[in-house]
Amino acid sequence: MSILLNKDSRILVQGITGRSGLFHTQQCREYGANIVAGVTPGKGGIHIEGIPVFNTVAEAIKHTEANVSMIFVPPPSAADAILEAADAGVELTVCITEGIPVRDMVPVKAILRGSRTLLVGPNCPGVITPGECKVGIMPGHIHKKGKIGVVSRSGTLTYEAVKQLTDVGLGQSTCVGIGGDPIIGMNFIDVLSLFNQDPDTAGIFMIGEIGGGAEEAAAEWIRNNMTKPVAAFIAGVTAPPGKRMGHAGAIITGGKGKAEDKIRTLMDCGVVVSTSPTKMGEAMLKAMEPTGKTIPQTSQ
Amino acid sequence: MNIHEYQAKEILNSYDIPIPRGHVALTSDQVERASKMMGGRCVVKAQIYAGGRGKAGGVRLVDYPEQAQEYAKEIFSRPLVTSQTGPAGLKVRRILVEEAVEIAREFYLSITLDRENSCYVLIASAEGGMDIEQVALKCPQKIHTLPIDPLTGLRPYQARKIALELGLTGSVCEDCVELLMNLYRASQEKDCTLIEINPLVVTKAGWLMAMDAKITFDDNAVYRHREYPDMMDYSQLDPLEITAGKYDLSYIKLTGSIGCLVNGAGLAMATLDVLKECGGDPANFLDVGGGATREKVAEAFRIILQDKDVKGIFVNIFGGIMRCDVIANGIIEAAGEVHCSLPIVVRMDGSEVELGKGLLRESGLNVQVGDNLGDAASRIVKMLG
Repeated sequence: MSILLNKDSRILVQGITGRSGLFHTQQCREYGANIVAGVTPGKGGIHIEGIPVFNTVAEAIKHTEANVSMIFVPPPSAADAILEAADAGVELTVCITEGIPVRDMVPVKAILRGSRTLLVGPNCPGVITPGECKVGIMPGHIHKKGKIGVVSRSGTLTYEAVKQLTDVGLGQSTCVGIGGDPIIGMNFIDVLSLFNQDPDTAGIFMIGEIGGGAEEAAAEWIRNNMTKPVAAFIAGVTAPPGKRMGHAGAIITGGKGKAEDKIRTLMDCGVVVSTSPTKMGEAMLKAMEPTGKTIPQTSQ
Repeated sequence: MNIHEYQAKEILNSYDIPIPRGHVALTSDQVERASKMMGGRCVVKAQIYAGGRGKAGGVRLVDYPEQAQEYAKEIFSRPLVTSQTGPAGLKVRRILVEEAVEIAREFYLSITLDRENSCYVLIASAEGGMDIEQVALKCPQKIHTLPIDPLTGLRPYQARKIALELGLTGSVCEDCVELLMNLYRASQEKDCTLIEINPLVVTKAGWLMAMDAKITFDDNAVYRHREYPDMMDYSQLDPLEITAGKYDLSYIKLTGSIGCLVNGAGLAMATLDVLKECGGDPANFLDVGGGATREKVAEAFRIILQDKDVKGIFVNIFGGIMRCDVIANGIIEAAGEVHCSLPIVVRMDGSEVELGKGLLRESGLNVQVGDNLGDAASRIVKMLG
């Protein structure tokens, strides 16, 4: 078991005929993902790398029973691609596309609230269930099958965390990159609650950044609901205060967003926070200790 | 992307939101002439990409053209440091000269993105002016916020509720409803992540008027507004930031001596954190993007080397998809080109990492390869002694 993805996931790729769409389709397939269809409007009927291409998501699902969509559509059409996937009844949409205008994403988020489709991203590395399935652009080889769920706002920093977990002998159940855009689909709490219910996840590692109040909200949720140990790292402790425009941002965040505040809130809520980006694996080991669960020994 | 107050006001004006009469001046002589046209008494306002100007002496009411000129000379002569600019401040290249308006009441008004609720939010307060953030902290009940449903947009009845909460009545109240509707339309059509009027005033003559305005455009939406790149004032940016922007790199100059080249914003921040932890002082934040390519790495290297404060370079690339040997070649190419003799520490991870490390060791550059993040960071700090 795992969350969101497993070996039975049937994946379609929106934007499969684009350069990075095709490249990552191949990479995911090499990792073991079952890519059953591609969608590129106007190119329906062709096959690419043996994968049938359709004009619409609905058509692709009708012929292939795909239930997960990975989106590589360029920014001007990406919001529409997400809505198309949701309308066609896809269970999970992972949008990799970077650079979607905020005004396009705000209505998408509102529409998805009334839909059963889960959205991960946009502007994210994707989702991976090690040893089973990869839907995204992360390097597969640093992952190892195991019991730690990983959730992160960052891209490459997640790779660093995963590598450290693997190096200390902690494999991962599923890793979810929720994306760094202002408007995203699933947030920390959505993913944490799935990990909380997943019998194969024994502990969770969370990676946050300065800015916004998402980490504080997650900390509060962890205190009230989480039954498993959580460790975390927050990037940007030493980031200098940036130039800013106007007062509106400060008014709605109420001054939240500083790394120290996030770290303090997480610690107050029982989370083990790694003080250094070099000690993320150690922090997770420490968090796992009191549960008395056997920690798989490193094979390296 | 930010624009100046005078540009923001032009946009507001194109949406029928009244603004004071004004002229943009590039020299103190032009300021004097503009002041004459206003009849002498006028407001002289430094144009920079930051707020907090009032308290920092960037805005002044003057009575005579000579006074305006003298004050303009002073503003043009040195960077303006405000609570929002950072310690280095910003150079002033343009001054807005405006008519002095007799003000009866002041309000705060903005539409911005509320990330937590994933929508735009209208913020209004009858306590306008420079201390609005203090009002928000101490008397949050005086700030009215209205989340805007993206599927219906702002409705006139909602705008009326806000106008009434601001204490407006009669025809000014209805004017305010229209202004709010127009402001929302502008925020959407112009892809603004922030549009702020502070203060919005009722003049003694009974008219609404935007006395100050700030607009931030969504960088991701610039492609659908052809006029935006031309509105940019490059004097407000670090020259290296401008070069970085051309190559889609994110660069911020800092005060230390270690040049940093990292892929991904989160990892870049973590890299600054680990350098500080080891006792080092980063010269910059530079993110080449998650999918670092050879070209971007080479360009980033050139940018870092242009910064005279840089005494050593720290490269942290978690490639994964992009092969490490390709990245290594990018570094070697860029460093060789400018005969870089500075100490370099590279930490790489991902596919073909051994091949990449081998290439760097044999390159003849003053380079060390770190085993992991912590090891690499302490190496560069030691090399700089």
